[in-house]
Amino acid sequence: MDIVVKLFANLRKDRFEQNKMSIQSNDTIGNVLKTLNIQEHEVTIIFLNGRHSTFEAQLKDGDILSFFPPVGGG
Amino acid sequence: MDKILRINMSTKNQPSFEIQPLSEYEGLGGRAMTSTVVANEVEPLCHPLSAENKLVIAPGLLSGTTGVMTGRISIGCKSPLTNGIKESNSGGQASQVLARLGYAAIIIEGKPETDDLYKLYINKDGVQITVDNSLKMLGNYDTVEKLKETYGNKVACLSIGMAGEMKLAAATIACTDMEMRPTRHAGRGGVGAVMGSKCIKAIILDDTGLKLRPAQNPEKFKEANKIFTQGLKAHGVTGQGLPAYGTNILTNIINEAGGYPAHNFKEASFDSASKISGETFAELEIKRGGNPTHGCHRGCIIKCSGIFNDKDGNFLTKQPEYETVWAHGGHCGIDDIDKIAQMDFLDDDMGLDTIEMGVTIGVAMDAGLIEFGDADGAIKLLNEIHDGTPLGRIIGSGAATTGKVFGVEKVPVVKGQAFPAYDPRAIQGIGVTYATSPMGADHTAGYTITSNILKVGGFVDPLKTDGQVKLSRDLQVATAAIDSTGMCLFIAFAILDQPETFQALLDMLGAHSGTTLTADDVVALGQKVLKTERDFNERAGFTALDDRLPEFFKNEKVKPHNIAFNITDEELDSVFEWEIAKV
Repeated sequence: MDIVVKLFANLRKDRFEQNKMSIQSNDTIGNVLKTLNIQEHEVTIIFLNGRHSTFEAQLKDGDILSFFPPVGGG
Repeated sequence: MDKILRINMSTKNQPSFEIQPLSEYEGLGGRAMTSTVVANEVEPLCHPLSAENKLVIAPGLLSGTTGVMTGRISIGCKSPLTNGIKESNSGGQASQVLARLGYAAIIIEGKPETDDLYKLYINKDGVQITVDNSLKMLGNYDTVEKLKETYGNKVACLSIGMAGEMKLAAATIACTDMEMRPTRHAGRGGVGAVMGSKCIKAIILDDTGLKLRPAQNPEKFKEANKIFTQGLKAHGVTGQGLPAYGTNILTNIINEAGGYPAHNFKEASFDSASKISGETFAELEIKRGGNPTHGCHRGCIIKCSGIFNDKDGNFLTKQPEYETVWAHGGHCGIDDIDKIAQMDFLDDDMGLDTIEMGVTIGVAMDAGLIEFGDADGAIKLLNEIHDGTPLGRIIGSGAATTGKVFGVEKVPVVKGQAFPAYDPRAIQGIGVTYATSPMGADHTAGYTITSNILKVGGFVDPLKTDGQVKLSRDLQVATAAIDSTGMCLFIAFAILDQPETFQALLDMLGAHSGTTLTADDVVALGQKVLKTERDFNERAGFTALDDRLPEFFKNEKVKPHNIAFNITDEELDSVFEWEIAKV
């Protein structure tokens, strides 16, 4: 099944901004990170279809995943 | 900081001044100082532009010391935008310099009978108040250039542009940065109009020959400052995110969260967000020989600002903040980075609040004055203010006024002040702050985005109502205290997550004053400031009904989460009931 992955801030460096990825059904967000060679401690915020999510959450076809390092402002 | 400079603009023939002891204002700094003076001395029912209003300028408790991040200045008065109490906070060099000059506050009262324009020069030898009509209707950039000819480039300036002279309700007071550019602003609430009403164009602060303020316990202060510095550098937000990308790093994340207001709050996401994101700005700044990592005052180690150059590599403006980029960008349906930067420059030069201006232009677009997405039309509206046309004066009076004049139903304001860059339906906690802050809609007053979106200081689901009142309450109290120290509010990212960094801040405050400070003392200070401000507003005629969002946020759901603002009026009324909340 296919999902869309978006990376932000320094997570983009030497990677990509947005990519389509093919994954196994019921794969977790943590596994997607491993495939991308991103350590969990580098990611503070995960959005799964615009809602906060966790490393353990399982994915389904068509999901949109966004990963952010620590960010702030205001 | 053992004295107060009181300036009376009403005395016959020539304004006068008096240097006074601190008396009842002993031990106060920043927002605690400005709000206490305004609450004590200003008639709450006075017209904000009358001689009865006072403009109070106060450095923070730690400003002028060797402490890092201590360069924030507070400017207070009765606001011509909200008609309530106002503390508008700015970076730049002024706070450090004013503190070293020994003044805990400048209080400007009265107003002259003539239309002469004055400048104030303050150095170690005293105060000079002189007429300088050559500065009339100059922008902030030209004003500062002219002042440099007389006073050199080592001073700090506070100044108003055309907007302040025209006494427009969105007028700011500009503060010069390390390069002596007027890029930092006490932006919100029309403080520039109050300075304009007193016919003061500029205040020049010169600390030549003066030293850093020593702490009562210098060794302890030095040690605490070191731990505090390490804590800021170690935190992901203050040590990496903000230095690399600035505040505009928020564009993408708030947009991904579905909380980014677009087209005057019709949607909560913007298709072109990535074109105006912090990542895009930083890349362009580097490419054009600018700099995405730049501090606004000496002693800043976060360096969230930057230098934005034009296509030819010449300085155009400082790196526009997230709120600025949103207000002139997504809110107006504009995705042209150079036009947004140009509007940032125009706002700074004329002395206009970038949030209020961007929101106002979006409201004017909703009225059909120009189309959404029309960047040139937006710039033309700003130029109307420059020319002082009737239309320009309406726009420069802010979103509430513009909405009324052009018959717009949906105007995002609380207490007459425009919303910042977060939709309170998709991020419920910030709606509590917008509604209840004594300042009007102000994100910095209780920045719930920390826990609602950024997972700093824990997590409170932004789409649910649970925990939002407590979150906003706790942050409003903490902010009122931090705003009194002279510390930049961005230290909050680190102190919310790292107990040892918070302890270091307490130790710095304690070592500076020769006492021991606890977290409870800080909470008590914040609560006292808020109580003082709310008491002033009550005497100015505000009731619980002023602590509400515009109706359409409750009645109309917003995409993508299809959600309305669901916090009840009763919950909003409980925000400041800390005694009850404790039980």
